Amino acid sequence: MNSKLLRRVRAARVYVLATAMLGFLAAGATVVQMILLARIVDRVFLKGADLASVRNLLLFLLAAVILRAVLLWVREVVAQRGAVRVRSELRERLFAHVLRLGPSYTSGERTGELTTTATEGIEKLEPYFARYLPQMVLSASVPLLVAVYVFPRDWTSAVLLLITAPVIPIMMILVGSYAEEHMQRQWTALSRMGAHFLDAVQGLPTLKMFNRGATERERVAATSEEFRVRTMKVLKFAFLSGLVLEFMTAVSIALIAVTLGVRLVSGNIPFEEAFVVLLLAPEFYRPLRELGVHRHAGMEGKAAAERIEEILSTPAPVNAGSLSPANLSGGLTIELSGVGYTYPGNELSALSDLSLTLPAGTRTAVVGRSGAGKSTLVNLLMRFVDPAEGGISANGVEIQALPVEEWRAFVALVPQRPHLFHGSVLENIRLARPEASRADVEWAAELAGAAEFIRRLPSGYDTRIGERGARLSGGEAQRVAIARAFLKDAPVLILDEPTSSLDPESERLVRLALERLSEGRTTLIVAHRLNTVYNADRIVVLQDGRLAEAGTHTALAGGGGPYSRLVGVYGDAPA
Amino acid sequence: MRIFLRLIRFLKPYRRQVALAVFLGVVTVVSNVGLLATAAYVISAAAIVSYISLLVIPIYLVRIFSVSRSFSRYAERMVSHDVTFKLLGNARTWFYARLEPLAPARLAGYRSGDLLSRVVRDVEELENVYLRILAPAAIAAVVSALTFALFYIFSPVLAFVALGFLIATGAGVPVLVRALSRGFGRRELELRAELNARIVDGVQGAQDLLAFGAEGAHAREVAAIGRKVDRVQRRMAFITGLHNSLGDLLTNLTMISALVVAIPLVAGGEIKGVYLGFLALVALGAFEAVQPLGAAFQFLGRSLSAGERLFEITDSEPVVRGPEAPHPPPADHAMEFDRVGFRYAEGEPAVLEDVSFILKPGKRVAIVGPSGAGKSTLVSLILRFWDPECGEVRLGGHDVREYAQEDLRSLVGVVSQDTHVFNASLRSNLLLADPEAGDAALERALERARLSGLVERLPGGLDGYIGEQGARLSGGERQRLAVARALLKDAPVLVLDEATANLDPVTERELLESVRDLMRDRSTLVITHRLVDMQSMDEILVLDAGRIVERGTHEKLRGSGGLYSRMLEVQNQMFEMPDAVLSEIDQH
Repeated sequence: MNSKLLRRVRAARVYVLATAMLGFLAAGATVVQMILLARIVDRVFLKGADLASVRNLLLFLLAAVILRAVLLWVREVVAQRGAVRVRSELRERLFAHVLRLGPSYTSGERTGELTTTATEGIEKLEPYFARYLPQMVLSASVPLLVAVYVFPRDWTSAVLLLITAPVIPIMMILVGSYAEEHMQRQWTALSRMGAHFLDAVQGLPTLKMFNRGATERERVAATSEEFRVRTMKVLKFAFLSGLVLEFMTAVSIALIAVTLGVRLVSGNIPFEEAFVVLLLAPEFYRPLRELGVHRHAGMEGKAAAERIEEILSTPAPVNAGSLSPANLSGGLTIELSGVGYTYPGNELSALSDLSLTLPAGTRTAVVGRSGAGKSTLVNLLMRFVDPAEGGISANGVEIQALPVEEWRAFVALVPQRPHLFHGSVLENIRLARPEASRADVEWAAELAGAAEFIRRLPSGYDTRIGERGARLSGGEAQRVAIARAFLKDAPVLILDEPTSSLDPESERLVRLALERLSEGRTTLIVAHRLNTVYNADRIVVLQDGRLAEAGTHTALAGGGGPYSRLVGVYGDAPA
Repeated sequence: MRIFLRLIRFLKPYRRQVALAVFLGVVTVVSNVGLLATAAYVISAAAIVSYISLLVIPIYLVRIFSVSRSFSRYAERMVSHDVTFKLLGNARTWFYARLEPLAPARLAGYRSGDLLSRVVRDVEELENVYLRILAPAAIAAVVSALTFALFYIFSPVLAFVALGFLIATGAGVPVLVRALSRGFGRRELELRAELNARIVDGVQGAQDLLAFGAEGAHAREVAAIGRKVDRVQRRMAFITGLHNSLGDLLTNLTMISALVVAIPLVAGGEIKGVYLGFLALVALGAFEAVQPLGAAFQFLGRSLSAGERLFEITDSEPVVRGPEAPHPPPADHAMEFDRVGFRYAEGEPAVLEDVSFILKPGKRVAIVGPSGAGKSTLVSLILRFWDPECGEVRLGGHDVREYAQEDLRSLVGVVSQDTHVFNASLRSNLLLADPEAGDAALERALERARLSGLVERLPGGLDGYIGEQGARLSGGERQRLAVARALLKDAPVLVLDEATANLDPVTERELLESVRDLMRDRSTLVITHRLVDMQSMDEILVLDAGRIVERGTHEKLRGSGGLYSRMLEVQNQMFEMPDAVLSEIDQH
């Protein structure tokens, strides 16, 4: 049992136990039902009773049957409610925590895995909490109940049951883990073949270009066939474990029946008791067999639970902070002193010993190759991460001392690839200020040079965009992001320029909008355009996480450092 | 129903195996019922006989049933899974054969990876048609009939009562549950889709959410939809719980009813008392066969909608048809667009209008223009993925529609921006272009495409896996792979369709090096929005909104003040060489 996760959701334990309890009571009802059945058969068969004289017994039997059905119903409802509760609580916590971990954790390769965990992983907890865990309790308690009832009546059968019982889980684990091991060995081959069809469909245009459609069809057939042969080999082991299990139970039931028969003939046991023992023998094995049925789903759920626990226990990369930002107002001068940062799990620092001043109301362009530390600088200024060494201050106030949300209210970000959320254009711009009026949003779009293309969209500002809505071009998405920044109207602005050129018209509009936006704000631009660099008040050149040089264009261009060599390649800068 | 019959048709080649599997399934259930029921008979008989030897036959039966139950179950699983995988292979091949002539035109709407993988999942869904729907239904029917026949021997009333309960449990309960849960099921799916979309949105857009302090609002939104899902799921629990407990209740009620019917008959001497326990247990056991029908109904719904989606695709007509009597492939490879116009569907805006140009053998023509100008549609017309609405595309003086599609495609080599890397070895990724090529030819092509480094890096060399589940290729390597393929294909006409679009400037330049080698002695059509190496073009056509707005050489166009010169200006603004330049600087 994953006790950590159970501890996180306190209610979960209660639900699991309640489910198991109800299951146990239902098993009790079954035992009663079998006792009554045996008695009725005994009365009619051996004692010559008719319908009227067993009427009461039949009514009790009916009551037991109905009770059992009700218990099963309630058990399912409780189990599902528990699973819903667990999923719901963990989903909310997981999602909130993922956001706390921020883009330095969520971006890149991890995005896909995180979304899978937060959606499918959470759903996989259902069979784990609603079935597998309660079944674990039942598979220990119900056989015990049956054995306790059978033992005083027929100790030989009870011993037979108790001897075979542990063999079942042991066999299941042995054969199961052997099959799993076998499966692991085949896994790469199997998953490759499994993915082959999707691959062939996705690559169809390419195949067609090379006239390979017909041959590929044969390959699809051949791969499917090979997949079948290999999968069947693996499945054989899984089915063999089922065979062993079924064989064990069937043979021991047959054995019990025959021994009971022998004892009955010699008059060692009354018929009624012998019949009850026979009826209860399958009930003894049932919970163990059901555990086998839920085992696979249980294992999957367990893996998902472990992954969720792992994410939840990853510490957030920023401190809380409690200082009031009351005395931060007007233009902000930002100062970095000896800042260093290393991403968790990395050996090389992404930034080290960086000291830099961004004077209030000026534009600073950052230049450097990929991996030089540009995005880390952005992450630090946005407080997606906090520096490991040194500190950052705004007008002399340490920004780490401020609550994260409070600090971010002072900074607007126009990222390289802005994300457009499901929803209308209006809602997407309003992200910056949810209470903004429609007029405010339109004004921001106007300033961002986005108003014209938005008006041309099928439903204007109410057009749905994002993954399932209309697609915006790179330049258009960029301008939506700029409109967000206008609406936010923060004193500090961070721009991450797109690395590739947009079409001429977009390029012009984005440039104009950005110039307007940076006017009078403390601006840091990760630059990919010559114009941006030439027009900046200061240029910072980063190299391998360190500051290579910094200064104005004029100072750097004539200084003989990296920057002068860089602009030398382009010839003279425009005036 | 029509769709179900069409789905069932996939099973035709495996009739025998299906029959065998159903038979084995029936044997399994019968053994299970038989084991307990004959055991009950043995015990009952033992109570009234005086020698155990009189019970040899029933005891023997108990033993047989105990063995046959486990082995028939094993055999049934093996046979049915085997059939299922065969069926699946068959369905895939069938679907693929149907898809091939439709691609890519009819699949344009499925371009996004998600939709395409859903189609593939729909094909896989067909496995349930046998395993989860047809087989359980057939087994349930046979077992119900056998139960009826067995009970009929004892008492017709008993037989009809049991049959009534079997039908009520097998069909009545699932139908009732479906009717009760119909609205909820759909609502749950919708809400869950919405919830998942929001979660994905939140994870992917974490940066924007945090930057604008909107993370709290988004988390609350996710929580709110989550609660709605919870509410629906909690209500669904009542119904799914009802399903299980009703099935259980009906099973036991059958047993009670069987007793109520049989007891007077036993008392009246019409049925021997020794059979009473036997009958009660048969009544209980037979339900094992009808219980899985509830799940079958659920799978039926899913499989039918999957089938519907699939048939919708496979029933559509390909947009292009080969000629009845194809013209032999031409010896002259001049390519000509003659007043070509095109739109994807009637009523939609024109993608190309009045486009004319000639690409003479050995020459180079560039088509440039902003994205969305219709450039890539030209390639689709050359390869006959689509046919023009008006005008003609000619190769060697004949309309391309006169050639066999295979002949046409074998004359044109394409390096496009979205090169598909198959999830296979590097070798098979190359052999695609020339199945006959030997190791030497492959290595030469890799060297000319400047990909030798990849072979060295790849564990297993040429036989190392690349693609999704193998070694990931960088954008540059991916494109160089396309160049290597084009080199191997060795077609007289070469089309470079935004071959360098997603590459950084340094990689772009490197790729152009290898492309230059490829272009030698071929007529080349370069389609691009990046104005690189334009000096070496014999003619440049500037395409804007489907029309040619300017044409001429680089020298002529750069000073004309038109779209071309504006594009050039924007591009020169790009501070696009920091990596290259800085690495040079690093060396100083």
